Amino acid sequence: MSQSSDQGAAAVAAVENVAARIESERERLTDLDSAIGDADHGGNMARGWQAAAEAVADLDDPAVETVVKTAGKTLLSEVGGASGPLYGGSLVFASAELQEGLTAESAVAFAETYVEKVQDRGDASVGDKTMVDALVPAVHTFKKSVETDDLPPLEALAKAVAAAERGVEFTVPIRAAKGRASYLGWRSVGHQDPGATSTLYIMEELLATAADHLDREVPSADASSPTIPDAEAAEE
Amino acid sequence: MKKLINDAETVVDEMLDGMVAAYPDSVRRLPDTQVLVRDDAPVDDKVAVVSGGGSGHEPTHAGYLGEGMLDGAAAGEVFTSPTADELEAMIDACDSGAGVLLVIKNYEGDVMNFETAGEMVEMEGTEVAEVVVNDDVAVEDSLYTSGRRGVCGTILVHKAAGAKAAEGASLDEVQRVAQKVVDNVGTMGMALTSCVTPEKGEPTFDLGEDEIELGIGIHGEPGVERTETMSADEVTDELTETVLDDLELDGGQEVVTIVNGMGGTPQMELFVVNRRLQELLGERDIETWDAWVGDYMTSLDMAGCSITVCAVDEELKELLGAPAETPALTVR
Repeated sequence: MSQSSDQGAAAVAAVENVAARIESERERLTDLDSAIGDADHGGNMARGWQAAAEAVADLDDPAVETVVKTAGKTLLSEVGGASGPLYGGSLVFASAELQEGLTAESAVAFAETYVEKVQDRGDASVGDKTMVDALVPAVHTFKKSVETDDLPPLEALAKAVAAAERGVEFTVPIRAAKGRASYLGWRSVGHQDPGATSTLYIMEELLATAADHLDREVPSADASSPTIPDAEAAEE
Repeated sequence: MKKLINDAETVVDEMLDGMVAAYPDSVRRLPDTQVLVRDDAPVDDKVAVVSGGGSGHEPTHAGYLGEGMLDGAAAGEVFTSPTADELEAMIDACDSGAGVLLVIKNYEGDVMNFETAGEMVEMEGTEVAEVVVNDDVAVEDSLYTSGRRGVCGTILVHKAAGAKAAEGASLDEVQRVAQKVVDNVGTMGMALTSCVTPEKGEPTFDLGEDEIELGIGIHGEPGVERTETMSADEVTDELTETVLDDLELDGGQEVVTIVNGMGGTPQMELFVVNRRLQELLGERDIETWDAWVGDYMTSLDMAGCSITVCAVDEELKELLGAPAETPALTVR
């Protein structure tokens, strides 16, 4: 198998693993969304990722870019609402960074474009109690681990997931400033953000799939490096 | 609650087929989508004006397809934004090469899906511009929006932008007049009863027998105040004064007004409201250039109305008075 089709197959496996994980967490996501939203996140995401998994399974020996773009387009049309553009649209735009295949560098570029699109589209910053609270520290940690600390991609991804996990915990005590939950104001305090949570699940499955693909165990990682960029934290 | 439907799942699909069957010479449906376009789209050398949003607001949006108004209208599920891929298909089908104006009502799902679709077609070289309508003066933030909601003033945006595009104006010019309407229009609504969505089959909110809701949104989302039932004149005074306070019009200003039915309001009552509206404007020394009364932006079967006031200058008068030939609005 060529390197590109090998990567494409791993990307298909990643989408399938995410779909299975979201399905198994469906009730959990719906419960979180019932508390501060409109109780449709679990159902919409499960339906969308299931359709995405079916769509990428139909591709014939695809490049990784094609898999990501197809998954994104499917989410865009199947998830709908605001989540379609946020999860799906961002994947479609970020997939362009993977044209030359998946490397540590292209993965960083992909992650940066993804988070940039999410922030643009949702007009959200760190601290607004959204998926951005999981994404920004994760992408920052991933980039720093690859570019500054010279960690191998799998270790860098493990650190990024740990950072996302802390970001999700950070959404519990804060007040929502964006999205449906912002309507609740202070009543949103004490509830974990469903979008940040599903984003963490997606990242955990990417990590598990990458480890499996490389025939390795998932590396243990604590998010010992600072997970929230100082500039962003100061903004809040 | 009783509904004249077959299945909540297929209601939008069946409605669209029924619309095409009613206006076969003027609209067509893009295959495998919930998008209707003018039958002659794309119109050569003309900027296209497209819109869309959740279903349940009929005749918005597809009722305004035709000469002098919209080129494309995307229908989402009931009270749910159309998806970006459908919007992309609509833009592609309507673009003649002269560019496309996206008229978006200010709801988070709508804005995100339209903007995603806009960026996608821009990557393929299509020129797009957008205008976000936020005319509801009742609430600043709501269940579905940051900022004000887009409601009945959207119809005037369709009319002005469509007329400008029909003149052969550039995309920039069409966007400019659309924004001019947005900057000069205000609306406030009220409900006597809740709407009932096909899926839920029961009232979206509970309103007592002797209660009304002021500042209601077009999806039954909460307004600003729930009060005891008032007379038509009292309701009209309340809505109109809130809108006028927001617009801060000078004496002698000319306006277009809309008394809009929410879907379940007899015309009789709308005309009663219009009577008081025009009296009140006269007392305020505001001159009505044109008064529209009817169901333009509904909320399924909700009983109630909204009042829209738009300040007009010579340019807007010319555009709003220009010919239009659509299923729901004809101006000659």
